[in-house]
Formats: sequence, structure tokens, C-alpha cells
Amino acid sequence: MNSRDAILASLRRNAPPVSPLPEAPPAITYADPERQFAEAFSSVGGKFVRVTSLAEVNAELGKFESYTKARKIASLIPNIGRANVDLAALKDPHELEGIDIAIIGGEFGVAENGAVWVPGSTLGPHRAIFVVAQHLVLVVPAGEIVHNMHQAYDRIRLERPGFGIFISGPSKTADIEQALVIGAHGARSCTLFLVGSPAR
Amino acid sequence: MIGHAEKAATFAANEDRAHWHDQALWFVRLKRDRQAESIPEWEGLREAAAAIKAHTLSRIADYMEEFERNAKTNGIQVHWARDDAEHNAIVHRILADRGITRLVKSKSMLTEECHLNPYLEAHGIEVTDTDLGERIVQLRHEPPSHIVLPAIHLKKEDIGDLFHKELGTTEGASDPKYLTEAARSHLRQKFMAAQAGLTGVNFAIAETGGFVVCTNEGNADMGTSLPPVHIACMGIEKIVPRTKDLAIFLRLLARSATGQPVTTYTTHFHGPMRGGELHVVIVDNGRSAILGQETFRRSLSCIRCGACMNTCPVFRRSGGYSYGYTVPGPIGSLLAPLRDARKFGSLPFASSLCGSCSDVCPVKIDLHHELYAFRQELARKKVVPLYKRLGMAVMSAVLARPWAYQIAGGLMRSILPRLPRAFVYGPWNAWGRQRELPPMPRQSFRDLIKKESK
Repeated sequence: MNSRDAILASLRRNAPPVSPLPEAPPAITYADPERQFAEAFSSVGGKFVRVTSLAEVNAELGKFESYTKARKIASLIPNIGRANVDLAALKDPHELEGIDIAIIGGEFGVAENGAVWVPGSTLGPHRAIFVVAQHLVLVVPAGEIVHNMHQAYDRIRLERPGFGIFISGPSKTADIEQALVIGAHGARSCTLFLVGSPAR
Repeated sequence: MIGHAEKAATFAANEDRAHWHDQALWFVRLKRDRQAESIPEWEGLREAAAAIKAHTLSRIADYMEEFERNAKTNGIQVHWARDDAEHNAIVHRILADRGITRLVKSKSMLTEECHLNPYLEAHGIEVTDTDLGERIVQLRHEPPSHIVLPAIHLKKEDIGDLFHKELGTTEGASDPKYLTEAARSHLRQKFMAAQAGLTGVNFAIAETGGFVVCTNEGNADMGTSLPPVHIACMGIEKIVPRTKDLAIFLRLLARSATGQPVTTYTTHFHGPMRGGELHVVIVDNGRSAILGQETFRRSLSCIRCGACMNTCPVFRRSGGYSYGYTVPGPIGSLLAPLRDARKFGSLPFASSLCGSCSDVCPVKIDLHHELYAFRQELARKKVVPLYKRLGMAVMSAVLARPWAYQIAGGLMRSILPRLPRAFVYGPWNAWGRQRELPPMPRQSFRDLIKKESK
């Protein structure tokens, strides 16, 4: 018998009687999910910026030193950021090294934990962009904030074959004496622009 | 055989270090509590998670087949390994067939369990662990001492010295930010030079044939988005039935592990990157045998959050190395002797049975009950040392007979205080090594009651 069949046979032989598959319990919702999201995103080391239009994103970007000093900027959102890297022209993801700022779109945010869903198809030709760039800028439409992870998975359409990721703030580590250090392997900072007219 | 207690004594000998270790882990436990309290349905989530795991284990062969079918549709190459040797051989063959000699790894307890690194290194492959804590212990030629916090047994000065020697950082420098920055540029070079990336799997989804990897550092994402070959190694117990089950487990995992609401990166892989290859190696290595043991099968529900370690008064004061197994702490004290009862027979006793581990476990494994049950099993199999078995036999004989109990109590009260201290605290009194016996009362409880009720 090959290993696959041997393992499956052993699992079948040893499994207990079938027990029911439950659903999740009713989950937390927030009176003001946008505010909760902003707090959660800030608590994980991200910078939250509320703007009403995409034009405002460009103006606000100019206030960040990491942006004004950046030499190489890649943007996956048309007309956002003074992009000077043509991602489509890069033959290999290793050529992403040296990019100072990547600007990418998030589909929606999750209020309970400050995570942003980024489908692989929005990452352009080289998905490594979100982790290789020194700084990350996420742009998420206002109104696209769900309360909790259950709602998140209700609306996620996993790309198959494909890729998708929740990003919650900049990369970090606490592996040296439990001291939190921002900027482990991925982005050293993560700025999120929530774009659109305020709710109500 | 050196047991847990003997190894723990070495750790506890450095009192300052042991105290720091205790406090650092307790701090993580407190962060976990704050996160758990922020979710009103926390207990309901734990219930659901436990029930989903139980259900999955009851139909696991079906779910594994469903996963395999869907994974193949996604363009993932699926491999099956009965044991550690087969797992290592499969990984090596994938690398060797493609002429790959430089591999970057993100954290995978399974590959630690299988001792993959030394195997690959013996075959001429450079393996770089890329989680900062894991890189630190790799450079020290040590295994991780904790499954989530691999270098928790070290102080920043130790790491400063190590990095000075290995990475050329300034001598005496121990600022965590500086050291992390040094590791970042060192490991970037490794990422850029790697020809393949290997990761573990946090959750594999039967209905979609994909899997999820969680990290804070982004090392798994670097390692799987730059080189064209990605190998993911998973134990059979990582499977969940549905995509929506991820919501439950992801809500529990990071909160239980480090007290974060979610990890920085939660990456969903459903196929190879453009022009690349994605391999999943499914490993049994004793798991299906555990499935057949009714008393202990719930240990297969573990999602490797480490919460039972952070809360365990024994783990916090004895350190991960005193367990001598890849997974230490309460859950490791089950998994290790389930693998080899003789070698790891002391571990089920490395617990006060206080039940704190069961209280924090996000999938509600009844850890302290299982540890207790395992002790009984070890006694039945006579794996427990002779002095312990004799002691238990005498104890049960005395406790089962009121007359014997009265005589023994009388002897203790009258003779013990007159014996020389060197005798009472002789090598046979293990309990008294760090503790003082209470002063012997003049009267027994029985005498007191008799007097009172006159």
C-alpha cells in the first residue's frame, strides 16, 4: 500500500463515531465599526488616516517623511502616489528589492482586529510587493468595514487558484526579550487611508 | 534517563533568569486575558472550535481526500508521508530534483519534530530559519524552547553577543531594535538568494484545497513570494472543513498565542505563484495512532498557540528545554509520551494538575485530565520508577485501612519530631528538597473531634 492509502486507512480505522459540525456563535458587532477599526488598526502599530477623496490621499501622502524621501514608489492604484516603478516591466520579483513604498488597495477592513483583506489579484504582477517594500500604504473604501471575521469570510471569494491575505499593520517581532520592534522582515510602517464620504 | 525534574533543576538554579522567564510568560498570559475579555462570545468560540475539531477528527479521512482533490485542482502538488523519515526524504527529493541548495524556512514545528534541518544539511542544502527567534536559536545550534516564542529563554545580552559573533554587530550592543534591524538585513540577503521557501501550515481547508499561514514578521511571505518553489508541510490535524471555520480559529489563535487581535499577516495560499510550484507534504508520523486512543485523541485538536505553556506554573519556572521534546509544556507533556512513553515518561508528572492549561486552551483540550489519565497509564505499564510505585503501594494500603492510617499518623506525630534532621531530609525525601515539612501537630484531627463532641 502506498503512504497515502496507508495513512487514510489508518485514519479511517481509528476515527471515533461521527460528531456534528457546529456553526459559529453570534459574534460581536460595534455601534461605530469605522471607529473600532481605526482603534484596532492603530493598536497593531498601523497609522489610520481618514480622507474623503482619492485626491486627498495624494495630499496627505506628501506629509509623510517616508514618502517625501522615497526614491522608488510603486502604486497599484491609478493616479495615487507619484509612482516611478513599472511593476509590469519587472521580470522577476527579486527586482522589487529597493522599493521604498508600495501603495495597494484593500477590499475591506475588519473592525474587531484591524485586518484588511487584500485579494491576490490586486497585488499586480508580483505578489511579493506587499512584503518586500520598505513601507506599505493601503487604500480602503469607506463603508467597506465589516464587524468581525465571520462577516469577513462571508464576503471573501477566495481566488482559486490564487492568493489572498489579511494584513494588520506593519511587520513586527517581539522575539528579543518580548520587546516589540516594528519592522521585522516586511513593511516598516503601514499607513491606511479610508477613503469616502463619512457615514450618515 | 534524565527526567523533567532533573533538567528543570538546572534551569531553576539561575534564579534571576528563571524569575524573568516566569514573569515574561505571565505577561503574555495577561495580554491573552485582555483580548479574550474583549470578545463577549469568547467561550462560545472555544466551544465551537472544540466541536469543529472533534467533528473533523471523526471524518478526517474524508476531509483529507477532499482537501487533496481540491488542492490538485488548484495546481498544488500533494505528497503523503507516513513518518518523519519519509517527510524528510520527500522534501529533499523536491529540492534535489531541481538542483536547489538554498532554502529559507518559516516557523514549522512539524519540521522540528521531523528534524528536517540536520537531514537537509547533511545532504548539502543550506537551511535558514527566518523567524527571528528561530534564527537566533539556529545560530546557537539549539532547538526552540517555546513553540511561539522560540528564544524566550534568552536575554538580549545573549543575543547581542551571538549577533556580534555571527552577524558582526557592535560588541556589547543589546538594544532589541538594533539587533532586529541587523537580523532584517542579514535575512533579506538570505531571502534574496533563496531558491525555495518552506513553511508550516496553520490551517488547511478541505472545501477549497488551500491553506493559511500566520506570521507577524512577514517571513513566510518573503520566503514564498520570491523563490519560485514553495513547500508547505502539515500534520494531518491541521485540516478544517470549511472556509468559514477559519473565522473561528483565527479569532482564537493570535489572541490565545500572544494577546494580539490577529497576526500581522494571515496568508491564504490556493495555488503556486506565477510560474512557480507549490507542494504540500501531508504527514502522519504517529498522529493516526493517537486518533485511535479515546482518552488522548483530543490532543490532536491543538492549534499550537502556546497558551498552555504561558500559563503553566511548571513551564514558566522550568523552561522549555526541561521537557526535551519539540512541543513542551502541558500539550507537549501529552504528545511526547504518546510518541514514546518510556523516553518521556516523566512529562505527565511535570504538572501541578491545577487546570490552568485547560482553562486557557482555545480548543478546550482537557489537558490536566489527560495528564492525570496518562500518569495512571504509565503506572499500569510500570513505566513509573520503582520508588514511586512502591510509595504508591504503601500509601494506598495505609489510606485504605483506617486502623493502619491511625497507627501511621500516631507514629509520624511521635517519632518524626525526634528524628535527626539529616535523616528526615535524607535523599529519600524528594518533597523536602525545596520545602520544609510542617511542624507535627500534638493531636490528630480525630482526637480533636472526640474532645469537642464530649
